[in-house]
Amino acid sequence: MARTLAEKVWDDHVVRRAEGEPDLLFIDLHLLHEVTSPQAFDGLRKNGRRVRRTDLTLATEDHNTPTTDIDKPIADPVSRTQLETLRKNCADFGVRLHPLGDVEQGVVHVVGPQLGLTQPGTTVVCGDSHTSTHGAFGALAFGIGTSQVEHVLATQTLPLAPFRTMAVTVEGELPEDVTAKDLILAVIARIGTGGGQGYVIEYRGAAVEKLSMEARMTICNMSIEAGARAGMIAPDETTFTYLEGRDHAPDGADWDAAVEYWKTLRTDDEAVFDHEVVIDAAELAPFVTWGTNPGQGAPLGQAVPDPSSFADAGSRYAAEKALEYMGLTAGQPLREIPVDTVFVGSCTNGRIEDLRAAASVLAGREVAEGVRMLVVPGSVRVSLQAVEEGLDRVFTAAGAEWRHAGCSMCLGMNPDQLKPGERAASTSNRNFEGRQGKGGRTHLVSPQVAAATAVLGRLASPADLADVPTLVEA
Amino acid sequence: MEAFTTHTGRAVPLRRSNVDTDQIIPAHWLKKVTRDGFEDGLFEAWRKDPGFVLNQPRHAGGTVLVAGPDFGTGSSREHAVWALQNYGFKAVISPRFADIFRGNSLKNGLLTVVLPQETVEQLWNLAEGDPQAPVTVDLEQRKVLADGIDVDFDLDENARWRLLNGLDDISLTLKNETAIADYEARRPSFTPRTQAA
Ligand code: SF4
Repeated sequence: MARTLAEKVWDDHVVRRAEGEPDLLFIDLHLLHEVTSPQAFDGLRKNGRRVRRTDLTLATEDHNTPTTDIDKPIADPVSRTQLETLRKNCADFGVRLHPLGDVEQGVVHVVGPQLGLTQPGTTVVCGDSHTSTHGAFGALAFGIGTSQVEHVLATQTLPLAPFRTMAVTVEGELPEDVTAKDLILAVIARIGTGGGQGYVIEYRGAAVEKLSMEARMTICNMSIEAGARAGMIAPDETTFTYLEGRDHAPDGADWDAAVEYWKTLRTDDEAVFDHEVVIDAAELAPFVTWGTNPGQGAPLGQAVPDPSSFADAGSRYAAEKALEYMGLTAGQPLREIPVDTVFVGSCTNGRIEDLRAAASVLAGREVAEGVRMLVVPGSVRVSLQAVEEGLDRVFTAAGAEWRHAGCSMCLGMNPDQLKPGERAASTSNRNFEGRQGKGGRTHLVSPQVAAATAVLGRLASPADLADVPTLVEA
Repeated sequence: MEAFTTHTGRAVPLRRSNVDTDQIIPAHWLKKVTRDGFEDGLFEAWRKDPGFVLNQPRHAGGTVLVAGPDFGTGSSREHAVWALQNYGFKAVISPRFADIFRGNSLKNGLLTVVLPQETVEQLWNLAEGDPQAPVTVDLEQRKVLADGIDVDFDLDENARWRLLNGLDDISLTLKNETAIADYEARRPSFTPRTQAA
């Protein structure tokens, strides 16, 4: 029978199938971080269980880690305890850990792919909803809760309810100033934050095939913001080229066998998806959010919508609440919204390509007076690469702060937070109330829009900088 | 896990849709390394408003939270479930739940019940009119019962069976040791390893 990509990967991981029960799936890669794992290790201890496959498990420190003064003890005692707990748990149970200060440390979803651990056709889980990122490689990757983390640690499997399949086909070619971030924000605005619920979304079509691995990760990363179980993109030459030679990529005869298998990981021509969405790439434009969920977004050229324009009562009420929280009024052009903070980073847009994009806009220009811009690489490797390319100097010359790797202001568990009422243009993935700090207001944007916004001090795209001369040569 | 058979309590009407997990329990609470003590973090930002439903004395002691669609969206934090349970909630009713939140709830014995929007509105009106009105969530019969309300709800048979019996998933899975070991033996050699076994 013709099958979709997701169904193929699923079928290849069924350990046990029985009538009336969820399938038991094998997990190829289990990633851990300090926030969602302590209670799981506790559960193992209580029941006298061990980690079944330490060779398929990897931990990093990311959510709580500071992005300045990383050689000093962590000031917040609770954050420190959580990191120390992870270190103890990994030591006790034999789990490989990349702690703060290690060259492989970074946001878990940046680290897995760059080590070559995230591979096509594998199942990847982590106690973190943005595990969907890894689907960019044609892996079936999804976030799990702490009880499931404990379950995977103990058994390397998960009983999973069946999913439905959705195809998001992006036809044509993306306009030059439109990025993967704009594309996924537009998709979420179209299908809604609950629109992907129960589905694994496969992104396909000419525009997707042309994207780099970084851009594909940005898209799959935000699948969860549409409520989807996972996002996937079929592996192709771009995927293989990215993987070849990485630390944990197969080599020699294994590489050939792997590539041969990976090439079979495509949705069959006759396969039928449960739901299909088609998007014309040519119609897309730089996109920003105006509300407090990632579905509340619009092209930058538009204005803050009038809540009464929403047909359904729930959306109307949600929009009213959002405008109140965001301190915006209906009809206000999005381009006229001033910001005081710009954040470039996170597992959505904290990779080398994202930093290059932001730097290319910022090169020779200056961050506007009164605006604080934080640039936080997704991992230490990304950071080192950026330094090698001189990107850090572009940022600091423009007046931005160049920080150490981690989740940082994406969720503000470390000291990088918005103060009440502060407004940020952020390349992260969630604009929920208080996400980046109590009372903080977030507009989700691409790295290019973030950089242009930093220069003008209001939401802007690189095209708006045509009249801003570059001061010095980059 | 605590078993769930049937529960009768009072409903707390939360007239909001898209209640994300950052609202249920903000990030700074996630630094704790235990499963308890999260009750004060539940809806922390909204609780600053004296008018918020959880701050109204007439709704004190409610155990069935009734919310709008897309409850539990956002992060995978199981802390959201623990916070609701620590506070005293036994069941949450909504027209639609985010997948991860729902999975987490069922693993901890917090029953999530999907009911149509009309029934949710009925329950909101009932609880607002008479905060003392009893609401029964009966998992054995898969029914929600209250004054003027008698509706069935769906829950897959396997999840229901585990909840009714309070069964621990890990013990159930470990009964399949042979199947797991067989699968492990057939995995291709090119699959990645993080370190030597
Ligand atoms: S960068 Fe943000 S979204 Fe990504 S793992 Fe860290 S906190 Fe979560």
